[in-house]
Order: sequence, then structure tokens, then C-alpha cells
Amino acid sequence: MEVVSRGEGPLLGWHDPDEQRRWVRENKPRRMTDKRMGLKESVSKYVSDGDYLAMGGFGHVRVSMAAIYEMIRQNRKRLILAGKTAVHDCDLLVSSGCVDRVEVGYCFGHELRGLSPSSRRMVEQGRVTAVTETSNAGFQWRFKAAAMGLPFMPARILMGTDTFAKSSCAVARDPFSGKKIALIPACYPDVAFIHVHRCDRFGNSQIDGVSIMDCDLARAARRLVITTEEIVDDDVIRSEPSRTLIPFYCVDAVVEVPFGSHPGNMPLLYYSDEEHMALWLKLSKTEAGAKEYFDKYVYGVKDFNEYLELVGGQAKMKKLRDIELLKAPTEAPWAE
Amino acid sequence: MSRMQKQGFQTVELMASAASKLIEDGAVVLTGSGLPMIAMALAMKTRTPNVTLVFEAGGIAPQIPVLPISVGDSRTFYRAVMATSLDCVMGTAQAGFVDYGMLGAAQIDMYGNINTTVIGPHDRPKARLPGSGGANDVGSLCWRTIVIMQQDSRRFVKKLDFLTTPGYLDGPGGRERAGLPEGTGPYRVVTQLGVMGFDDQTKRMRLISLHPGVSVEDIKANTGFELIIPPDVTVTTLPTAEEIRILRNEIDPAGFVVRKQGT
Repeated sequence: MEVVSRGEGPLLGWHDPDEQRRWVRENKPRRMTDKRMGLKESVSKYVSDGDYLAMGGFGHVRVSMAAIYEMIRQNRKRLILAGKTAVHDCDLLVSSGCVDRVEVGYCFGHELRGLSPSSRRMVEQGRVTAVTETSNAGFQWRFKAAAMGLPFMPARILMGTDTFAKSSCAVARDPFSGKKIALIPACYPDVAFIHVHRCDRFGNSQIDGVSIMDCDLARAARRLVITTEEIVDDDVIRSEPSRTLIPFYCVDAVVEVPFGSHPGNMPLLYYSDEEHMALWLKLSKTEAGAKEYFDKYVYGVKDFNEYLELVGGQAKMKKLRDIELLKAPTEAPWAE
Repeated sequence: MSRMQKQGFQTVELMASAASKLIEDGAVVLTGSGLPMIAMALAMKTRTPNVTLVFEAGGIAPQIPVLPISVGDSRTFYRAVMATSLDCVMGTAQAGFVDYGMLGAAQIDMYGNINTTVIGPHDRPKARLPGSGGANDVGSLCWRTIVIMQQDSRRFVKKLDFLTTPGYLDGPGGRERAGLPEGTGPYRVVTQLGVMGFDDQTKRMRLISLHPGVSVEDIKANTGFELIIPPDVTVTTLPTAEEIRILRNEIDPAGFVVRKQGT
């Protein structure tokens, strides 16, 4: 296949497919064993300084925020983040100094709420680098190639743009149509955290609502921690096997964290906490304000449960559930 | 108070109304959150009830109860016919099923190429913006792309600081030469000043209609490249009182985008 051009971005998270197959054979836990552990342990065991990290979910939706707070508490450094529409997770990891390089799909913004004052400041001051650019489908298909054990996935995106020029993709001549085609390289993150609605002790996981990129990300990541709203009996999974999106052999650890997506949305369970988002967006306008946030909500608590108490506890969680179920109006305090 | 506010509506409402009239009933539309979403919600509550909305995170044909804040949040698959994956939605667009893609932009050039990545150099930007997100995919794969954005000479530029998402690239045939799907590209650009399209021959941006009270000189002064001004420029149809009521009371009552205001 004739290669026409190549992006100049570094190829992050890539492995030769045979090297990856050997790694899987030697390292992935393919027996159906009980993988339950605590959040602290899962982060200390599976997240190392310098890792390429990918989070499941999308934007403020179904992201394992409890794991993000724990990574900051454990002071991980030099992480590279897959910015696959990474919003609050990216903003916090960049602002706290855990992440110094980002592969950018969508980052440094909070969707309708506006841009991220803090992580933008870090990039604009040169303290964090956007090393590679891609698109959301670019990420999706990096993970899909990896999930299929392929070196790349062909796609008709990115071509002709500066996004391509700053990507790690190539453009080649398709031997069948004779047309140009983008080759999206596989991506095997060192570690991924995916937050799900329920799973069993082995990690067989169900997600309610949109799955976004998580089926492929789960199969692509070398290490995968499932954080879950609830660990259910084995029978719950076995009674409806067509609902399992992530099978046990992809999973390295299972951590039960109710409300683990807070302050983000967990579809059908609780809506995003816009009051808390407005607080962060206001405080993070200055570096001192961002530090105040971390001191209070991350370093000032011993774990995620203490954080939940601090942000409003049961009463707040009930309110977010009512908003999610359309029993209470959605709020947008950042729009005032 | 602007001229438009005196007429009883806000600029964003006029933009939403104008954008809502650009699609035909039965079309499949891939949309983001914010103003594009509001325009599509208005379209479905007025002229084109049988539009199918798809969201990149996986929502297909939802019946949106309240405006989503995140493009993947639970509202984007509320009473949907399918809650699937980004792979499925973008693959579906790549296969030719999606008629329209709706985008915002920080900068646009005369060929409809857009920038949402950086202002200034990429390695040390003056302003770091979010990047492509799904925009490059939408702009590459949907049949027609509609851009909704603010217009001024810093945003409508001769040369983009960064070409994030393809318009017609360097002109006629540019997309096909690059390898993008044939017969696709930018279709309309809706701003606070008017509605623009693209010349069939040159693929350059061309004025279609001016919003009421906006002159050709106004729009030229707010465009950093030479905009084609054909002889048959029209005046954008004003939003009706019913459209304004729907926008304020039904689509965005909390004022996420259509902000609460005194008029």
C-alpha cells in the first residue's frame, strides 16, 4: 500500500500487534476470578507515573471521576491523557499537575458551560503540551483497531486538515478503490477506568444508555479497572447475557463506587451537579482558586465518600436523581 | 439595546430560526449541543417534525425532554429508538446515512474550512480551544455541513490559524483530492448578520440573505475575505411570535443558550 503522507504527531499507546498478542497471553487474567478491590488499591496498583491513561464515558457523562480524584490524591505524575472528549477529568488532571501531555480529541472545554479557564491556562503557559491532535472518531477507531488486534483502522476522516498534520495517522492509497484513505493507528492505553451501572465480581459489565467508545476501549486497554455503581450477583449477568458489553477477561479490577461519576451525569441514576461545576469554573479562573478547590475537595478528604458528604451528601444525591428523572428542573448556575 | 431586541427577539433566536429552516423533513441530522441543538429542536416543533436527530455519543432519534448540557448526556437518548456507540454513529455517517451535520466554529475561511483548535501557533497558542471533538468527523462524513457561529473580521478570516475541520479545503475538487467522500461539504453558514452558502463553481462563500437591518456594507466589514455578493440577496425571514414562544418556553426555559433577558 502506497503511503501518501504521515502526521507528525508522536504515536502514543501503539504496539506491534504480535507484541501485543504476546503481552495479552502473558499478562491478562483470563480466568474468571473475583477481582473486587478498593479504589485506593486499584489506583496504586494499576496507574504508574508516565502511563498513557484513557477514561471511559464522554464529556461529563459516566466518567469514573472517583478514580480521577484518587489519582490526584496519590499524586501521579507525567501521565499522558487520551483527550477523547475529556472535560472535567481532563481539566482536573491537567490543573493538578498529574498530566503533562494530552492527545487532543476534545479537551480544555466544558461543552455548554464554556471553556476551561484552568487547563487552558496550563497549555497557554506551556506547562502542559497538546502533543497530538485527532478527532472523536479518530479515538474511537484507534481503540477499535486495538480491540480487533489490528495495527490500524482505515477511515475517511482527518484528511486534508491540520488536525491530520498534528495527528499520528497516515494517508495511504486504498488498493481497492484507488482513493486516498486515512490509516488510524491502534491505541492500547496502559490503563483505562470505565464506570458502569453494574457488573459482577468478575467484571462482566452492563451499561445503561449510550456506550460511547467503551466496548472498544475495554478491549484495547492493557489494564482495565471497572468502577461500578453496584456489584450484582452472578445470576443478574447470566440471566441476560445480551446486556453484557464488557466481558470479564478484559477486566483487571472491579471497584464498587456508588455515585462514582459525580459531578458528572450517570444516565438514568443522577444528573450532573451543575452547582458543583459552576463552583469549579468560578474558582479555577485563578491558580489560587484552583488550589483552594483541590485543597478542600481532593486533599482535604480521605476518600470519595468524604468528598460526597462535602458536596452535599444524600440530600444532594437525591436532588441529582430527581433532576435526572425529570422530576426537578435542570439548573445552569454557570449561565447566570 | 440592539435593533433586533427592539423587534422583540434576540440574535440567537433569529439564528436558531434561520438555521431551523435549512433542512427538509425526513432528514437525518448529526448535531452537537448548544445553538445547533436548539435550531434542530425548533425545526422539529415547527416545519419539519420528521427529522431524525443523531448524537455522536450514540443517541439515535431521541425525543429530547429538556436541552442537554453535554452532547452525550442522558437527554440525548431520552425515548430514543437506540442508544448505541460513537463507532456506530460515525460509521453510519461514513456509510452515507447522515444528511446534515451541524457545527460551531471559532474561525472560518472562504472555503468553509473551520478552526476550533488554537488561536496563534499550535505549540504555544494565544488561546487554546477544545480541538476537533467530533467536528472533523462530521465535516468529513455528513453530506452537508451547516455552521452556526458569530461573524466578525477576526472570525471570518483569509487564513485560519489551524484547519481543524475540512470545508472545501483549497477549492473545487479539494475534498475529493484529499480523499474525503465525494459530493460532501459545507452547505450553509448562519451568523448574527446573515445566511451564507457556497458558490457551485468556485466553492467560495456567497451571501444568501441579510438579517433585517443589516446592510451589505455591514457584512463586508465583518468578513476578512472577499465574500461573493450576488445580485439576488434576500432578507432573512423573521422568527414568528410562535417560534419565539417555543424557543423560550419549551426548548430552553432555563436559559442555557437563549439567555433570560428583559425585553
